[in-house]
Amino acid sequence: MRYLDEYRDADLTRKLLSDLQTIVTQPWTIMEVCGGQTHSIIRSGLDQLLPAEINLVHGPGCPVCVTPLELVDKAIALASRPDVIFASYGDMLRVPGSTRDLFAVKATGGDIRIVYSPLDALKIAVDNPDKTVVFFAIGFETTAPANAMAVLQAHSQGIQNFAVLVSHVIVPAAITALMESPDVRVDGFLAAGHVCTVMGFWEYEPLAKKYQVPIVVTGFEPVDIVHGLLECVRHLESGQSQVANAYARSVTREGNQPAQAMIARVFGLCDRAWRGIGVIPQSGYQLRPEYASFDAEVRFPELKSIETKESELCISGLVLQGIRKPVDCPAFGQECTPQMPLGATMVSSEGTCAAYFRYGRT
Amino acid sequence: MCLGIPARVLELYETNGMKMAKVDFGGAVKEACMEYLPEVKIGDYTLIHVGFGLSIIDEQEAMETLELLRQIEEMGADEEAPS
Repeated sequence: MRYLDEYRDADLTRKLLSDLQTIVTQPWTIMEVCGGQTHSIIRSGLDQLLPAEINLVHGPGCPVCVTPLELVDKAIALASRPDVIFASYGDMLRVPGSTRDLFAVKATGGDIRIVYSPLDALKIAVDNPDKTVVFFAIGFETTAPANAMAVLQAHSQGIQNFAVLVSHVIVPAAITALMESPDVRVDGFLAAGHVCTVMGFWEYEPLAKKYQVPIVVTGFEPVDIVHGLLECVRHLESGQSQVANAYARSVTREGNQPAQAMIARVFGLCDRAWRGIGVIPQSGYQLRPEYASFDAEVRFPELKSIETKESELCISGLVLQGIRKPVDCPAFGQECTPQMPLGATMVSSEGTCAAYFRYGRT
Repeated sequence: MCLGIPARVLELYETNGMKMAKVDFGGAVKEACMEYLPEVKIGDYTLIHVGFGLSIIDEQEAMETLELLRQIEEMGADEEAPS
């Protein structure tokens, strides 16, 4: 497939790795923010081929992982209702709630549909006028334009039996929180290429300056990732802390403006809790007041009284901040596996623990 | 989650006032919303995420980047070659 195969070229990747070895002179800790990049790195074995000086740590860019337990429990409560069809991206179904997951609800008769796009959830609402279809609107900025469009379409087409349970988070606020944390030490970042496809990278320029870290917009294939690392190490070795774009075929500085306009039309900024990390100020989106009637938490006010209980063993919060690696967790591969996960990082196709487990980094 | 996959636009049309397309993921054909790519044309390669086109892949930038990376490759090879 064009625009994929040439970026998976093993010979070019190997040569870029050797170039990286040539320019690196001292230890650097670099965080790839996005869980999709984490999986690509571990799947392709890049983590084992990098120069020893480079310590790659994995960031919080996995929406499934950071969706707070309270919202997972709310999803489970909604999906258990006979008057609700619950629609979700597939990854959310195995995420552990306080007592069970969405798969367990499905197994006991809950009507849960796995969808590929929020527009599929909207169609389910049109086809089932006697039920309320609740879509679990999770994601980073990449997914926000799609979820915003579903809400706007429901509004403009008068589809009243559609609602969204919103858990939207944004990357710049997470980078700020990581850099402000005394426990986190990161010298440079690979920024998430598809978030930047939507948002551009102008938002990262003040962060790079304030925290004196290079931030390199990076794609997802092995050639892209080593390209991003090369740019990042080049900046680090020359003492520069700027934003660079190693994913120019998809990302411009300004990003996709119609998509940004749609996000701004439907969503406003709010404080959000990140699972395992805690509340980060102004780190997510909520529906604007004019779309509040599509907010599942408004439509089902009884959801407010949910009590949560987190696993005492799971260290996913530390893994999500790059402070610990999965193999540092005593439960990893023992009490916690993708079949019986204690934390969301062991579930998702973007979760760091799932990547380590699946590709044998034990 | 933020997975984006390149796909070629085969056909453009409108549904419920939304600009839609049939797109080809190297053999698998699916529908995608193109509201965020007002300038998209048939034949363009686009990046698709959860059923929405988010960017038109810039062929020139793609070629230049690969060219640049391969040049680095050749320079590296030259340096390693025995003199």
